[in-house]
Amino acid sequence: MWHDIGLALLRIIVVFAVALLFVAYLTYLERKVIGHMQVRMGPMRVGPHGLLQPIADGLKLFFKEDIVPYESYKLTFYFAPLLCLVCALILFAVVPIDRNFMITRLNIGLLYILSIASVGVMGIILAGWASGSKYSLLGGLRSAAQMFSYEIFLGFSLIGPLMIAGSLDLVKIVEAQKVPLIVYQPVAFVIYLIAALGEINRTPFDLPEAESELVAGFHTEYSGMKFAYFFLAEYANLLIVSAIATIVFLAGWKGPILPGWMWFLIKMFIFVYFFIWVRATFPRYRYDQFMRIGWKIMLPVVLANIVVTGIVMMLV
Amino acid sequence: MGSAQVFFYIFAALSLIFALLVVTRRNAIHSAICLIVTFFFMAAVFVILKAELLAAVQVLVYAGGVVGLMLYVIMLVKGEEANQVKHNLGQKIIAAFVALLLFIQLAAVVWVSLAGKKAGALAAEAAKFGGNTEGIGALLYTKYLLPFEVASVLLLAAMVGAIVLAKNKLER
Repeated sequence: MWHDIGLALLRIIVVFAVALLFVAYLTYLERKVIGHMQVRMGPMRVGPHGLLQPIADGLKLFFKEDIVPYESYKLTFYFAPLLCLVCALILFAVVPIDRNFMITRLNIGLLYILSIASVGVMGIILAGWASGSKYSLLGGLRSAAQMFSYEIFLGFSLIGPLMIAGSLDLVKIVEAQKVPLIVYQPVAFVIYLIAALGEINRTPFDLPEAESELVAGFHTEYSGMKFAYFFLAEYANLLIVSAIATIVFLAGWKGPILPGWMWFLIKMFIFVYFFIWVRATFPRYRYDQFMRIGWKIMLPVVLANIVVTGIVMMLV
Repeated sequence: MGSAQVFFYIFAALSLIFALLVVTRRNAIHSAICLIVTFFFMAAVFVILKAELLAAVQVLVYAGGVVGLMLYVIMLVKGEEANQVKHNLGQKIIAAFVALLLFIQLAAVVWVSLAGKKAGALAAEAAKFGGNTEGIGALLYTKYLLPFEVASVLLLAAMVGAIVLAKNKLER
């Protein structure tokens, strides 16, 4: 029994240490990649090619004065960033990095990720409300409306692949794929990517924090470590979204020659790079445009995808 | 007591405590937060009962969706108005009656379906279908197809009704 507990603890520590390291260095990757796309160097000062920049940022945020606005609701103000970060990090518990390497295997793995992620958004809504500032409140409201629209397509876009894979268990989903599901479900794949951008609040759908309209939206009033929590949560969610895309559409750890975990990381970072690339490429949508795309284009398309998948599966 | 029982009492007690907090907090947002926590503990109880699908749906639909919508509405109301407590709305007796009715109904369902069965008996039944996701899916589309469709149509009607009501108000 103690052996099992020790092994489980070791897995938890390894996964979370690696996840947090990746999250910290994602900020560096994003700044570098966008920098080069815009013909700049990105961070260069701290360490060779700015490699120590995330550590310097972390230290700075850690020692910064923690400002709590007078108008804020204190308890909720503290609680919101924690909710965001915790909900983002516990998602790593079910991600199968290799055939046998994951913290735990749930038979409802995919649903677990969707449900916990939906609670994570509450953190943003609560932060917007608790800050006691009108910009934050608007950011929170936008986030709430965005969540209700985009979670639906995110869920629905995964139903098509699930019908083919026949399970909610992430390991079984990967094992069911002889050919990556992206071949059978290209429409679902594109819609998943768009919905994922909306779900993790990234450009072109970063309406809750839109700098030019809302200052910084829901985290206008946050400083120091609490701000860092939101930041970490955002990048952790980016990793998770990429991991789900890898598992559901690109057959997870499967691949020739290289070991499984390496394939998994390569595929995941293709998506991460894609999301960063999108940020450097597209301008932000206006709010009403964003809602119109969601409800009037993506919902019918994704429903049609499910119906067509069902009919084809009946016939074949 | 097995560990499952110990955890059941912990989670059940915590969910009751937070359910009480939901109705006693004066600040509507704090009530909503307590409601989220309550749903989480209820999901934990479902997990102990080996009903993983129900647990996930509980968190996804209630903690994630319904409370989110509630927060959205509460935030649109001005802070002071949301915190005003109106006493004596004359609902006490009706509320007590409805609560009693609900309790009797739930107790009857539990009594009829679980009397004399061991804990985990239902989970074992679900396992026959290859897990409770598959079990619920199979039952919904075979034995309970008609009630399921009726419920869907009812929800659709409610949705259309809500849109019509809201639109009429906007156009006036």
